[in-house]
Amino acid sequence: MSKKDIMICRCEDVSLEDLHNVLNEGFTSIEEIKRILRVGMGACQGNTCNLLVQREVAKFLNIPLSEVKTQKVRPLITGVKLKSILENANES
Amino acid sequence: MFMKHFRLIIIGGGPAGLSAAKIAAESGVKSLIIERDFKLGGQLVKQTHMFFGSEKQYAKTRGINIAKILINDVEQNINMITVMKNTTVVGLYEDNVLTVLQGETYTKISFDSLVVATGASEKFLAFENNDLPGIYGAGAVQTLMNVHGVLPGEKVVMIGSGNIGLIVSYQLLQAGVNVLKVLEAAPTIGGYKVHASKLKRLGVDILTNHSIKKAIGKDKLEKILVSELDDKWEFIEGSEFEIETDALCISVGLSPMGNLLSMIGAEMKYISKLGGLVPVIDHHHETTIKNIYVAGDVCGVEEASSAIVEGYLTGLLVSERLGFRHKDFDNLYDDYNSQLDNLRSGPFGVRTLEGLQELRGERNVK
Repeated sequence: MSKKDIMICRCEDVSLEDLHNVLNEGFTSIEEIKRILRVGMGACQGNTCNLLVQREVAKFLNIPLSEVKTQKVRPLITGVKLKSILENANES
Repeated sequence: MFMKHFRLIIIGGGPAGLSAAKIAAESGVKSLIIERDFKLGGQLVKQTHMFFGSEKQYAKTRGINIAKILINDVEQNINMITVMKNTTVVGLYEDNVLTVLQGETYTKISFDSLVVATGASEKFLAFENNDLPGIYGAGAVQTLMNVHGVLPGEKVVMIGSGNIGLIVSYQLLQAGVNVLKVLEAAPTIGGYKVHASKLKRLGVDILTNHSIKKAIGKDKLEKILVSELDDKWEFIEGSEFEIETDALCISVGLSPMGNLLSMIGAEMKYISKLGGLVPVIDHHHETTIKNIYVAGDVCGVEEASSAIVEGYLTGLLVSERLGFRHKDFDNLYDDYNSQLDNLRSGPFGVRTLEGLQELRGERNVK
């Protein structure tokens, strides 16, 4: 099995190999993993990869999936141009 | 410019959102529906098959026609319901304000109450070369084919034998696409037997205890490596075989789309039987954040029939909380609850009921 060919996060091009390397280094919370690998920080904001990452963390720590804390969701949920925000700020 | 304000905002113009708006309007509550897509109807707009259930949830009517009925109900109430299409809610804030992006215009809108009816999204699978062109979500293929008239390929393999996998396979056949195999990792077929039988009659094999091990291809999908699974869901060495295919559809379930609820800090629980991370709700469908309600798949993945009834029920309850009690409140309340009980009485509904019990201890809510 070639772990580098298994895509976990398509937006940020993160493979299973990248994820396992980070887990082996001892980073096992999704918030930490997100900051190192940028999983969940791309265009889809984790819609696709969240569950896959959660599953790998659960497997690595040998705990149920429900016990893996998911990432903190923050505004904005999709890309917004600074121009759009600026125009709104000028109007209100 | 003053910030726009609505007594009620509904996020999502699918079956749950449209139904909530209808009953709110009947109760006397003006609302705003915010829809990300260019048109209303949610996932119903691509569902060319007829629905099960009872007359009240439009059984024996095709999904696309149910969408027309629900959209018409909303359009009949043009004085009570405002619709913003092609608009995405991008932020939700504690002071009853949300931000939206419509095209490139970013604005704030405030509300007294909010119904989040954002639905669910398709789950993805991790396997080798899962990023090759030609690998799709089954729901995406259904949209491509039934809404846009585009075929995904000529020879399709479906991963997953839940109702979506079975129905999309059948619709691919109807569109003249060759469906080579349906693979199911579990020991039994996931969806309704009637859908599975239709496929079998048309000569499509449904292989249980089998899954994809690897996709193969240079610039696009050319073939897949399939393997049998043991009772611990591990690949059995030596059981592999290849299938030549140019389109792979992944249909391994849906995840509730509750990211706006996570953003605002609503308490969420991971309940596998409801599809994943769902908000904790009370009998009024209210989350742990005051004035924020949910309806439809976002609080547990079910069928569109249930989403419609949940939308009606939530619209009824939110309106009452806002001081607008529907003139037929008691009857409707009992009716919606008994419809939901009926919809959840079958072998598939049991899963939802158990999930709901897990969500709220032993209390039977949602």
